[in-house]
Amino acid sequence: MILEHLPILQVAIPLVLAPLCLLLRNSRLAWVIALVGSLWAFACAVLLLTRVLNNGPLEYALGGWEAPWGIALRIDLTGCFILLLTGLIASLVIFWAKQSVENEIRRDQINLFYCMYLLCLTGILGIIATGDAFNVFVFLEISSLSSYTMIAMGRDRRALTSSFHYLVMGTIGATFILIAIGMLYMMTGTLNMADLAERLPPLRDTTTVRAAFAFLTVGLSLKVALLPLHQWLPDAYTFAPSAVSAFLAGTSTKVALYVLLRFFFTVFGVDFVFTDLRLDVILLPLSILAIFVASIIAVFQEDVKRMLAYSSLAQIGYMTLGIALVNTSGLTATLVHMFNHALIKGGLFMAIGGLCLRIGSTRFAVLKGVGRAMPWTMGAIVVGGCGLIGVPLTAGFVSKWYLVIAAIENGAWVVVVAIVLASLIAVVYVWRTVETLYFNDAEQDTSLKEAPLAMLIPTWLMVILVVWAGIDTGMTVGIAERAALALIGNSP
Amino acid sequence: MSTATTLMLIALLIPVAGAALVVITGRWQNLRETMTLLTAGSLFLLVIQLPGNVETTVLAELAPAFTLAFHVEPLGYVFAVLASFLWIITSIYSIGYMRAHHEQNQTRFYAWFAIAIAAVMGVAFSANLLTLFVFYEILTLSTWPLVTHSQTEEARRSGRIYLGILVGTSMVFLLLATGSIWHLTGTLDFQSGGVFNKNIPAAILAIVYTLFIFGVGKAALMPFHRWLPAAMVAPTPVSALLHAVAVVKAGVFTILKGTVYLFGLDTLSESGASVYLLPVAAVTIVLASLIALRKDNLKARLAYSTISQLSYVVLGALLANVHGIIAGTMHMVMHGFAKITLFFCAGAILVASHQTEISHMRGLGKKMPITMGAFLIGALAIIGLPPLGAMWSKWYLILGTLDRGYWSIIAVLVISTLLNIAYLLPIPIRGFMNGPERGNDTLEEAPFACLLAICITVIGCIVLFFQAPALVAFLNEGLNL
Repeated sequence: MILEHLPILQVAIPLVLAPLCLLLRNSRLAWVIALVGSLWAFACAVLLLTRVLNNGPLEYALGGWEAPWGIALRIDLTGCFILLLTGLIASLVIFWAKQSVENEIRRDQINLFYCMYLLCLTGILGIIATGDAFNVFVFLEISSLSSYTMIAMGRDRRALTSSFHYLVMGTIGATFILIAIGMLYMMTGTLNMADLAERLPPLRDTTTVRAAFAFLTVGLSLKVALLPLHQWLPDAYTFAPSAVSAFLAGTSTKVALYVLLRFFFTVFGVDFVFTDLRLDVILLPLSILAIFVASIIAVFQEDVKRMLAYSSLAQIGYMTLGIALVNTSGLTATLVHMFNHALIKGGLFMAIGGLCLRIGSTRFAVLKGVGRAMPWTMGAIVVGGCGLIGVPLTAGFVSKWYLVIAAIENGAWVVVVAIVLASLIAVVYVWRTVETLYFNDAEQDTSLKEAPLAMLIPTWLMVILVVWAGIDTGMTVGIAERAALALIGNSP
Repeated sequence: MSTATTLMLIALLIPVAGAALVVITGRWQNLRETMTLLTAGSLFLLVIQLPGNVETTVLAELAPAFTLAFHVEPLGYVFAVLASFLWIITSIYSIGYMRAHHEQNQTRFYAWFAIAIAAVMGVAFSANLLTLFVFYEILTLSTWPLVTHSQTEEARRSGRIYLGILVGTSMVFLLLATGSIWHLTGTLDFQSGGVFNKNIPAAILAIVYTLFIFGVGKAALMPFHRWLPAAMVAPTPVSALLHAVAVVKAGVFTILKGTVYLFGLDTLSESGASVYLLPVAAVTIVLASLIALRKDNLKARLAYSTISQLSYVVLGALLANVHGIIAGTMHMVMHGFAKITLFFCAGAILVASHQTEISHMRGLGKKMPITMGAFLIGALAIIGLPPLGAMWSKWYLILGTLDRGYWSIIAVLVISTLLNIAYLLPIPIRGFMNGPERGNDTLEEAPFACLLAICITVIGCIVLFFQAPALVAFLNEGLNL
């Protein structure tokens, strides 16, 4: 009985739990509630994944109202994959976050923080589950508005401006998306994605549909933070509380990318996007540019969190590159990298959060030689960094390997060389961090202690997952490959 | 799973377990060193038990066609035995050196040492290029803390060069070569005769082979050799391990293994894909020797000597014939023993007299006869005089070159031998002939553990001269060429 309603329950429960945090006004209880909500999302994702793997995509009519009238939920394999990712990251981050949040956020705001966290999670889960274009916009706004709030709670006053910056950019993006959805509705008279896919082909040469596509792509690219629409991201990640950086790096851009994939492949169709409009011609150079420019900027950052933020931009470039190659391996690489990068970046931000808790800053200048006093945190950063570079046996290698294979399949040797060269820049910025932590110029501060166990355990769970996903790829690549095939194969 | 397979997998795990034990027992110095020696000893005993051929076992599947798989074949067997044996000796030496030199963070040192050996075992037993690549990278990363052990500004700089060149070449060239091999043949498995089929265009094969050879930065082929002298900043046992056994030998081993089992000797010699690289190897041999001649720092001179000697092995592979491969494999072993002796001596001199410059070593031989005597024998072994092992490898290298009829290469080998004499022999000659410098009166021999290690490797150099025919027979039979 409950199982049948799982597609909506997984969204509804965190939504109901969120106001509970607000009403109870107890920070510890709020944490427990947020943990329950996140674990619930994770459990639902696992259940849904097993069902979708066995029975194919799930359709669910909300309130029993059939599709054209009611709101339909539709969860396919790609959706399940991202749901699993979100549930996993949300649970581990919240498990980890307790002390970090107490340290970085004002006491009277802690329960509000957890409330926003649950709302953001709700938004993300909703985006993935829904089969309705307008609903995508609604949930996107829920998750975005709650992210703005969470970022503004950062320990530094600059968090406010970066949050405002994100708010402006994010709202422009959301408006574009809304315009696009409006245009599509005007042309087809439906908001249901499956119906849209059916009714769009005869209309695809009209200017309105093309304009809608352009608005949608630009709006979503803003949310994805694809270069050159990325300016909001570095500040937001740098000044947000550590827990928020870890959570957003692992989920929010990934979900925006998922929406992009969904519109490209299941609504507009491969033919329209890549044969008629040749989006790959724009997307490919932009992706490569993103990879290089962001990596190079990352090298020169003075703050670890900021460096990781720029590295995220570069990694997003890898993901869009996989889309731009328009073949199954490329799409597999994109999906796998979404998953792997979420683990890697989540783990790194969690480790950095540990440093922040003990030292109070994430600037390179104050981090010199602290690796000695915090060997486990340092270890997590090293392994996570190796993942970013794409060292074999870490998750990063697997996704890059698939990307290289996809590029070779297309005969795009320039892209292969670019991927490989960009990894070298990653070596530079990762190793700069490792060196800073490893070499101590100044006198050692003997009072420095290792991060608390409650933070180390989730961090290392994440790190172990990074290594595990780099060795046993059956789960990640297996699902991603099927999902990619389904996306390209079923495209209208 | 057969017994041999199980033993092979245990051999991969032993050093990792050893590293864990070292960390656990880190507080008690003697216990910790016992752990290192026990691990090293049991690894060697286990490796030598392995048969020369163990079939492939898949440990994990990174992707449908890409597996993490291990096997044993003659080349890998020789490399694994060499590395595990010299690990024992280096450990004995380390104990003497690290204590006498009052090095910091010894637990970390021994732990990373063990991890590096684990990576070497992975390289030796890998059954496909992807697995080899994985462990090759792990070896680079795990030796970085060893190279930068002293944590000084100089160590930091050297660490950057070390990592930059090794990771750079492997990420760019080796990965590209791996990708193209997979693209061209659909497999990365090492198999006898190679994976390429005969009608591959010679030009493409040449490009892929060149990428492969330059991708193996650990073989220190010019112009990617700068990491080797940079890594000299490490404690001497590390230099000994890196430059005589683990890292550089992992490099040339990769080249030999790829040449035999991926590209295939027949394919290479028929297409002539390796010919273009011969001048590079020849230039490296001569140029590195010339640079060595000009270095006054003993470790730096030895480092350049290593660069030159490594190219002998590369040359053996590039000849792409049976004699060349045998010469390369033998030189891996012979040079391993000879060069580790020389490094041990350099470290012993440093510990006992705190001298690093050759010009300050006058008369040292009178105070440190065992060390200087061992240095002389090690030097003669590098030069290739009987009754020392390295003579055989040079002999086979010349045979291989003659098979191909490359007279210019013969000339290079002759010149190189003369240069070897010129840069190595003056050191013991100065040591024994000239009177001691002032201020050296209180000088004593190096710690016992160091001397013991030196004596074992010297004996090894001599024993290998007599055992060489057995090694050749083993390779001939096992490689089935």
